[in-house]
Amino acid sequence: MAETHSLQDLQQPAVSSKVFVQRDYSSGTICKFQTKFPSELESRMDKQQFEETMQTLNNLYAEAEKLGGKSYLEGCLACLTAYTIFLCMETHYEKVLKKIAKYIKDQNEKIYAPRGLLLTDPIERGLRVVEITIFEDRNIGSGR
Amino acid sequence: MKSREYQQIDPKALPTPTQTPPSHQHQAVGDDGRTPRRKWEVFPGKNRFFCDGRIMMARQSGVFPLTLGLILVTSGLFFIFDCPFLVKHLTSCIPAIGGVLFVFVLITLLQTSFTDPGILPRATPEEAADIERQIDDTGNTSYRPPPRTKEVLINQQVIKLKYCFTCKMFRPPRTSHCSLCDNCVERFDHHCPWVGNCVGKRNYRFFYTFIVSLSFLTAFIFGCVTTHLALRAKGGKGLMFALQESPGSAVELAICFFSVWSILGLSGFHTYLVASNLTTNEDIKGSWSGKSGEAVTNPYSHKNIFINCCSVLCVPMPPSLIDRRGFLPADEPAQTSGVDLELPNPNTKSDINVCVQGPKGLLESAALTPLLATSCPQGKPQTALPCPENTSALNSDPSLELSQRCGGTHHNSKTYGSTSPPLPTKGRLHKHKRASSHTPRPTFDDHVSPSSHDGNHRSTARGHRGAKFATLQ
Repeated sequence: MAETHSLQDLQQPAVSSKVFVQRDYSSGTICKFQTKFPSELESRMDKQQFEETMQTLNNLYAEAEKLGGKSYLEGCLACLTAYTIFLCMETHYEKVLKKIAKYIKDQNEKIYAPRGLLLTDPIERGLRVVEITIFEDRNIGSGR
Repeated sequence: MKSREYQQIDPKALPTPTQTPPSHQHQAVGDDGRTPRRKWEVFPGKNRFFCDGRIMMARQSGVFPLTLGLILVTSGLFFIFDCPFLVKHLTSCIPAIGGVLFVFVLITLLQTSFTDPGILPRATPEEAADIERQIDDTGNTSYRPPPRTKEVLINQQVIKLKYCFTCKMFRPPRTSHCSLCDNCVERFDHHCPWVGNCVGKRNYRFFYTFIVSLSFLTAFIFGCVTTHLALRAKGGKGLMFALQESPGSAVELAICFFSVWSILGLSGFHTYLVASNLTTNEDIKGSWSGKSGEAVTNPYSHKNIFINCCSVLCVPMPPSLIDRRGFLPADEPAQTSGVDLELPNPNTKSDINVCVQGPKGLLESAALTPLLATSCPQGKPQTALPCPENTSALNSDPSLELSQRCGGTHHNSKTYGSTSPPLPTKGRLHKHKRASSHTPRPTFDDHVSPSSHDGNHRSTARGHRGAKFATLQ
């Protein structure tokens, strides 16, 4: 009986709310998210951990958009081939996006899910927000 | 197991959930349960999609067929009439150079027209509610607040971010809402009727390469045709004799003569924009010219021409944010339009160019509509446009899907109540006359045209504007 009850709980984690971390435009149009700790998460996790996650994400996006020697070369080569190489090969940005997806998955598995939270990859929201879904804490029995 | 909306959590392993992408989940199906739907089919903006979402354009193709036709005709005449003579009398490099330029121009034109310019997807309902809550929290209790703005500091300059009532979000800097396409576009430059698409962050480099190579091509053809006619008219035979011998050259001469100035001018203008990291939109509005008396400079400029050029043309290609070919997750309606797709929206039925579609109608017409219908009569759910002409330049796999679904789909123009007073048209075109042929028209922040009788029938206004574009030179 107890097992059935907890299975039911597991099957239907209720979403109690969503928090949206907006973009930070202080450095221009580059993709960067605010690192300010939202108050709704105060009871669930560490401020420092959250800030570390956001900072790593910001660094990864900065790497994706970085203007370096490699991107000049890619740009020049693309121009010479009338940009047809974009149809054939994966761009630098896409490679970093895959890294970001993997990082978010890791973070969810290790840090956020055990606390009943879920990070949504910003690319699924058009790089506008980092959406954090807060699930009701039935397992822990806080009954909120 | 009813937990569809929590599809990202694996129920058996709540402590370690996996975030599986929606395409692996139970997909939204049409009424008859046959075909999973892709996101492009419910895209709320005014765009056309071909080849199952791989290619997109603005719904109004503007004069894109004319552009393509002019380029093909002029180049064709060049290769047929001028090249044989010039190869014989000068060098065979001429058709080679011409060929390279022609291919370059064609590829970049198609890429400019068919690429997502940097459209920002509209905010999800939860995001929109969150933003509304934040705005209301700041203490404004009036029913309809004045145009909502948010201020940010970029490189020590205060930039106002405007709230987009259609997309329900604060627009990032340099983003503008294109009223023709009904989308917010990042780093919006202008809506170009000649290529039938907006020019924005993702396709600006294609656009720039297109106009630069087109100016080379036009100048090259012009030079070759002049040389050809001069050589033929040598020996006192006269120009008329030369023209009679090679009538195609007369056509080319006329086309090139009239277009080379405008295209060269446009290339020059855009080279200036690239070097100063400006967009046409900002230049026309005079955002950084310091009109208001304050010392404003472009906060996005790197103060170095080379770095500016690289940051516009060589920055890594950003991804498309709208995920056209992703599958719709089950139970989720389209993007935050607020219109239930199960019922056709009565407001849009009377629009001339907009087809109302319910999911059933969409599937029926996808299966039945022949691929050659090009008009969209009122009331029909969907029309298809011939796709084969588009596949020649792009890699699209010829699958069964192609024959069934490769067609243009007209989408509902999602109507929103006209909530704010219409903005005055910013009519100051750039002093550069040639730039006016490009007619940038981005600045309808709340895109309510005074010419529409009912604020909901936005495409009527669109029709007016479309007519303007067609006639403006």
